[in-house]
Amino acid sequence: MKQQFEIVIIGAGPAGLAAAHAVAASGAAIAVIDDNPHAGGQIWRGGPQHSSDARAAQLWSALSQANNVRFFNGAKVLLPSAPGALLVETPDAAFTLGYRKLILATGARERLLPFPGWTLPGVTGAGGIQALAKGGYPVAGKRIVVAGSGPLLLAVAATLKQRGAQVLAIVEQAPLHQVARFALALPATPAKLLQALRLRAELAGIPYHMHSHVLRAEGDEHLTQVLLQIGAKQQSIACDYLACGFGLLPNTETAGALGCTIADGAVQVDRWQQTSVADVYCAGEGTGIGGVDLALAEGRIAGLAAVGDLAQAARHVAGRRRWQGFAARLARAFALREELRQLADPDTIVCRCEDVRHRDLQQHASWRSAKLHTRCGMGPCQGRICGGATDFLYGWSQDSVRVPLTPARIGSLIAADSQE
Amino acid sequence: MNCRPDALVIGAGIVGAACAAELAACGLTVTIVERHVVGGGATAAGMGHLVVMDDNPAELALTRYSLELWREFVAGRKQQNEYSPCGTLWIAADAEEMAAAAAKQATLATHGIGCELLDAAALYRLEPHLRPGLAGGLRVAGDAIVYPPKSAALLLAQAQQRGAQLLSDDVLAIDAQGVTLASGGRIDAGLVLVANGVACAQLLPELPIQPKKGHVVVTERYPDFIRHQLVELGYIKSAHAGSGDSVAFNLQPRPTGQLLIGSSRQFDRSDTTLDLPMVSRMLAHAAQFVPQLAQLKAIRCWSGVRAASPDGLPLLGPHPGLQPNRTNVWLAVGHEGLGITTALASARLLAAQITAQAAAIDILPYLPARFPAIIDTAPAHA
Amino acid sequence: MPDAIAPETITLFINDRPLTVAAGTSVAAAIAIGGNPVTRLSVTGMPRAPLCGMGICQECRVTIDGQPHQLACQTPCAPQMQVWTAPYKEIT
Repeated sequence: MKQQFEIVIIGAGPAGLAAAHAVAASGAAIAVIDDNPHAGGQIWRGGPQHSSDARAAQLWSALSQANNVRFFNGAKVLLPSAPGALLVETPDAAFTLGYRKLILATGARERLLPFPGWTLPGVTGAGGIQALAKGGYPVAGKRIVVAGSGPLLLAVAATLKQRGAQVLAIVEQAPLHQVARFALALPATPAKLLQALRLRAELAGIPYHMHSHVLRAEGDEHLTQVLLQIGAKQQSIACDYLACGFGLLPNTETAGALGCTIADGAVQVDRWQQTSVADVYCAGEGTGIGGVDLALAEGRIAGLAAVGDLAQAARHVAGRRRWQGFAARLARAFALREELRQLADPDTIVCRCEDVRHRDLQQHASWRSAKLHTRCGMGPCQGRICGGATDFLYGWSQDSVRVPLTPARIGSLIAADSQE
Repeated sequence: MNCRPDALVIGAGIVGAACAAELAACGLTVTIVERHVVGGGATAAGMGHLVVMDDNPAELALTRYSLELWREFVAGRKQQNEYSPCGTLWIAADAEEMAAAAAKQATLATHGIGCELLDAAALYRLEPHLRPGLAGGLRVAGDAIVYPPKSAALLLAQAQQRGAQLLSDDVLAIDAQGVTLASGGRIDAGLVLVANGVACAQLLPELPIQPKKGHVVVTERYPDFIRHQLVELGYIKSAHAGSGDSVAFNLQPRPTGQLLIGSSRQFDRSDTTLDLPMVSRMLAHAAQFVPQLAQLKAIRCWSGVRAASPDGLPLLGPHPGLQPNRTNVWLAVGHEGLGITTALASARLLAAQITAQAAAIDILPYLPARFPAIIDTAPAHA
Repeated sequence: MPDAIAPETITLFINDRPLTVAAGTSVAAAIAIGGNPVTRLSVTGMPRAPLCGMGICQECRVTIDGQPHQLACQTPCAPQMQVWTAPYKEIT
């Protein structure tokens, strides 16, 4: 079955919703696909109508009233089936979506680095536990250490605290002077400064350690404590959860499958958010990590450009530039220290899908060699988790993007042939 | 680095690695040149099926001999090769194919290869997920599966233990003394053994090797879903087609519990970009035999290129050309879909000819000289 | 206007034991609420639980209503849903 739209937007997070809103006024038939049960992406997870961010509620209100915007939730893009067409799978069906213009707003995932014990139940990503908690994961009364890198750790700690968790510490790998420089530059983005001050108030009483990282997660079949490097000293903390993430990585796989140019791990776009492939745009974290404000600006520009309204799109360029500056400051401040490459010991699992250890991988010269000879990357995560780790640990970049982009029912792949 | 090895092997796929191991075992100094990842070409793209094939007597002799060698090779190393003696179950969809199964059984039995004819009831007892309405099948219990890249690496390691050296480089041309390399250097060698699959046509354009593209899909883990490698007897009809795209039912249970789904054939396509309509067609065909396949999850699809020869038999032996840049060239190419199965026998037959020893089976059917055209069309100069 | 009032709670079965959760709860959350967050055993038998929370890591694979390899973190609980985690695989 094929459904044809003027504009298809992949991703219903801030960038996708901003793009949809920008396009909606034109009256064009729009489809927004998202693989989660509700729109909102990660930062507005659970539905933008429930978010505390007023912009989320505004966008959602406008979009739910627009009768030319169709949402497909729980929908995963399997592959580009033909020029201008995507094969999509939902829990019950598979169908083709046709588009004249495509906007990729596929967001980001966490960079999860291996360390001893990281595969224990109870160890999650930082964004990971936030996502889980928003889905009802029981965190009230649980003792949680939040670790890794980036301002996301603070947002996560705040979410956890609001839900009744006992956040024992926030462990940031970046050194104090870098974090301080970032903080001092916040007045350039008053909204961010306000957000930071609010967070600081909310998190008062929770130790925030810089130049610090996790050494080991310990426990038998579940996490019971973590060993931390706090500055020059080591400290053990008993806890129920360790939420550890080292920044974000753009989700570039769909763009790669479409043939878009990817450089430095991000989708390359021009000033109108257009990729190297005609009629394909990219907005939000996919073009480079920059947070919700940049995503909204890019989404607006992509949407307006996609319907040909360059004059309106141009009005948002200055705002985008400001948020790009913020993104650059963010990247510099929270760059990963070299020592983190030593976190994994020889026995540490690097590929979780196939249980491949650090010592099995070190001898290989490339991603492909490792994959063929150790099975690293051959599991259902399709190299998304281990790829970030092996890039950081060994400097490997992955070979070409493989389809399907996500594990797909064979019936869906069979259906691809009969679509018109 | 060996400064003038007795043998320079081009290609560290399973055939090249097996040849290197065998020649080193015979006491030759060997250098193997591989331009990408060991076992990373067609060796990695295929299904790793070790199967006795009886389309013609020469094919039967070669596959049978090679399977004996495989059994010796994996003894004590089963896990390293991810060897699984699952056997092959040839599926007969109708009376005509059942007759073919019976004929196959007779041929194999004559050659001492254990197999049993199955009626429909027996077929479904063994493989309950097959669709109803099939006629029966033939079970060849001695067939097995391996994971070829690991086997290639093991063979290479064996070669290296015997003094062989691996060079990461690309061969640009073959001349009277040896080869020139992409890195700018050259290696003089006593002989050059070409074992690089379809790429042999770049070095030796006169060879009658044609690309035949195939696709494979691998699933998530579904342990015990099927127990044998399932192949339709109708496969033979498609494998012998002279032209045109075709698919055939070929389903393999890997030791991990994953399923490998094949197979497809496209002539003269030497790129490995995925052909989605072919994949869909191949999967639809497979689902006709095992309907529940449609519910299973595929996690990856890929394609590879087989090196096909005009008569379906590999070229194993000396290049018959008389020109200086061909007189010391040996060939181990054109294995099409039987490269894994026949790699070990190919290596033995090459080594026997090179060292002037008696071979275990008649080498005549595989000699490159059977294609007289390649003698004349080989270029005089590199 | 919805046709029916959506339930505020949902009862489902985790490894054959009934559990009642708030509507909108993910299957991953329900499993954890049930007491043991382990969703699967790794290929070498190690217990695993959700990691990324967003449908990427595949650690939350469970069997739902007879279908294996479903991502618990992206699946909302539904009434009478039958969920089996790997340590307690349903014997079919």
